Amino acid sequence: MYTDVIGKVSGKVKNTVERGLVKRFAQSIGDPHPIFIDEEYGKRSKYGTNIAPPTFPRVFESGTIEELQLPKKGLIHGEQRFHYERPLLVGEDVYVWTEVKDYYEKKGNNGLMGFLSVVKYGEDKDGKLIFKEEAITIITEAVRKAMSV
Amino acid sequence: MSNILTLEKGKTLSETLAPVSRMDLIKYSGASGDFNPIHTVDEEAKKTGLPGIIAHGMWTMGNLAKLFTPYYEEGFIKDYRIRFSGMVFIDDVITLVATVTTEEEQEIAFEVKAVNQAGKAVLKGDVTFVKTNG
Repeated sequence: MYTDVIGKVSGKVKNTVERGLVKRFAQSIGDPHPIFIDEEYGKRSKYGTNIAPPTFPRVFESGTIEELQLPKKGLIHGEQRFHYERPLLVGEDVYVWTEVKDYYEKKGNNGLMGFLSVVKYGEDKDGKLIFKEEAITIITEAVRKAMSV
Repeated sequence: MSNILTLEKGKTLSETLAPVSRMDLIKYSGASGDFNPIHTVDEEAKKTGLPGIIAHGMWTMGNLAKLFTPYYEEGFIKDYRIRFSGMVFIDDVITLVATVTTEEEQEIAFEVKAVNQAGKAVLKGDVTFVKTNG
C-alpha cells in the first residue's frame, strides 16, 4: 500500500537553526556543552559560531507529502541515520524537504512487517546539501489492517 | 582531556547516565516537539500494552552522541546510524559506549551502543567521525 508513494517528495521548508532551541535541545539530551550553547565559546571555535547536536534536525519542519498517510498509533521507530557534510551552524537558514525513499515488506514474528524509509534533506540557500536524515519506520500487519478498515 | 585523534582500534569512550526520569522525557518532548504520549503519560502507554512510559528512541540516540561532543575542534560526526533494539523505561540506568573499529588518516569508525542495567543493548549502530584538522 505504500509502494505507490515511493519517490514522492515534499516542497522545501525554510527553517532557522534557532539559538534558544539548540540550547534547550542540547540540555534535553544531557549535552549542554559550550560548543552548542555558549556564544563566546562558539566564536572562538573553528566554526566561528555555535553548532547544533547531530540529532537536532528532528525539530525541523520538512514539508508534507499528501499521498503519505500514516497510522496515528502503533508505529515503531526501527532505524535512524544521519549523514553530514558539515555541522549545522546556529543562526543559519536550512531548507528542508522530505522524500519517501523506499517501502518493502519482510516476514517477521508478527506477520508481514512493513518497512518505510523516509529521508529528509537539509540544504543551504544555494541548494548545497548540509545533512540527510533517514528514518525507517516499522508498520506491522495488524497496524496496517486496522488502518485500511 | 584525551584526544580523539590518538584513539586506536579497540579503545572506548563510555559514560553511564543518571537513572532515566519522567522529567527527562518531558523535557525531550518539549525540546524535540515529539509529544507522543507513550513517552510521558502512563495511561496512554498502558493502552498500547506497555507496562509504563518508555523513552523516545531519539532521546537515547541524542544522548549517545555526547560521547563525541568534546572533539568538535578536531572534526565532526559525518555518519551516525542506529538500529533500535530495546525499550528504555523510567529508572533504567543506561550506559553509552563507543568503540573504535577502524582508524584511518581522514576518518575514525566507531561501533556504538546504549546498554541498560541488565546488560541488554537498547540501541546499536555506528559513527564515522571525520577529521578536519591536519
